[in-house]
Amino acid sequence: MMKNAVSCRDVVVVRGDREVLHGVGFDLRAGSVTGLLGPSGCGKTTLIRAIVGLQARVTGDVSVLGLPAGAPKLRGRIGYVTQEPSVYGDLTVTENLRFFAAVLGVPSSDVERVVEAVDLTSHADARVDQLSGGQRSRASLAAALLGSPELLVLDEPTVGLDPVLRRDLWNLFHQLADAGATLLVSSHVMDEASRCDRLLLMRDGELLADDTPQDLLLSAGTSDIEQAFLTLIDRKAGAR
Amino acid sequence: MTPRVTFAVAARVLAQLRRDHRTVAMLILLPALLVSLMWWMFTDSPMVFDRVGGPLLAVFPSIIMFVVTSVATLRERSSGTLSRLFTMPMGKLDFLLGYALAFALIAVVQALVVVSIALYLLDLDIQGAAWQLGVVAVLDGVLGTALGLFASAFAATEFQAVQMMPAVMIPQILLCGLLVPRDQLPTVLHALSDVLPLSYAVDAVIGVANGNGFTTGTGGDTLVVLGFILAALGLGAATLKRRTA
Repeated sequence: MMKNAVSCRDVVVVRGDREVLHGVGFDLRAGSVTGLLGPSGCGKTTLIRAIVGLQARVTGDVSVLGLPAGAPKLRGRIGYVTQEPSVYGDLTVTENLRFFAAVLGVPSSDVERVVEAVDLTSHADARVDQLSGGQRSRASLAAALLGSPELLVLDEPTVGLDPVLRRDLWNLFHQLADAGATLLVSSHVMDEASRCDRLLLMRDGELLADDTPQDLLLSAGTSDIEQAFLTLIDRKAGAR
Repeated sequence: MTPRVTFAVAARVLAQLRRDHRTVAMLILLPALLVSLMWWMFTDSPMVFDRVGGPLLAVFPSIIMFVVTSVATLRERSSGTLSRLFTMPMGKLDFLLGYALAFALIAVVQALVVVSIALYLLDLDIQGAAWQLGVVAVLDGVLGTALGLFASAFAATEFQAVQMMPAVMIPQILLCGLLVPRDQLPTVLHALSDVLPLSYAVDAVIGVANGNGFTTGTGGDTLVVLGFILAALGLGAATLKRRTA
């Protein structure tokens, strides 16, 4: 079995005349849940788009499931959830999922499974634009689960969800990882860090840390991930 | 290209249209209403209506299809659904052909309505066969769709896409032979009109109206329209970018 699902080396991304990622490198171990944390605007979404092969002007090496990012053979093997729910508002949850299932070429029986996984069964026949924001983002997540992709890249999937639902989704993420999937979950909420197997802390287009939550707290000498983040920033500034 | 994906996109676009009654009503009824308006304007000079009525059957459907489809891919880009689809096994041509197929079906209904009303209610006088006029009207609607999809792939925002209508369509309407027969245009403008798709759409309608069937002259113009449709879809697919800034 492949050891690393994603492998990035010296990844630089330029947008307009500005460099937004300045040489990022890390590995995602297959079957793990990794949190990508950092303030809004630090480059999380750009990094995610580079991994799923939608970002222009990427240099360096981004390898996904053993292939260069964006390779045609990867299509359908990656589940991607954008920050804004990417489903059709004028269709029902089931209609949306049936469509994406048809594009993926997975049986439409898979639709029921993913609706259940995100706890939307009671709203399966509701039009997406009549759902709450949280329900809409779960519909979007359900579409990414179709066909059980090997890699799931989720851009802030838990924003605006109530704590019970957030806990349930994190449990789901770990179930998927236990079944062999690799997950990269971005968040700007630091308290989600403890739920991850591994953390990537980002700031201003650079990686500040790549560690387990426990080791990160230990090396920063604190019990609070937000405090650890600040300590790392101070250390980096001191080192300059 | 995968037929399964193309048809899935077409079915989805039609499902969305089914929920949007106002757009469907506009697509199907507006060309007929506009042709009726022209008939009313020329009620005292039916000769004029017989001359412009045919070309209008080409012009109105293509403009209306253009406007609707020119924002289509932009809508999918801004909603993030295009990003999602690009991480799935969907070719760019699947996406555009799916849209073209769905709107071609609308164009068939649109042409049935507008041609029936023009011929049987407004007494538009043509020499050729009614079904050939119908076929040409369908192709002209599909031409508007294909040009709209191409413009849509070209524009970066919906704001830019709506500006495409006056930029792309109005010059074609002026030069297509509706206002001044093309052979009476100044040489340079005539040459220019020779490379514009709508000119051939109108020539085909005029051909049928004058009694030239597909086998006797009008077939060539019809094939040119078909060629423009395929070229616009191909260029649209080439212009659509998976990777964006």
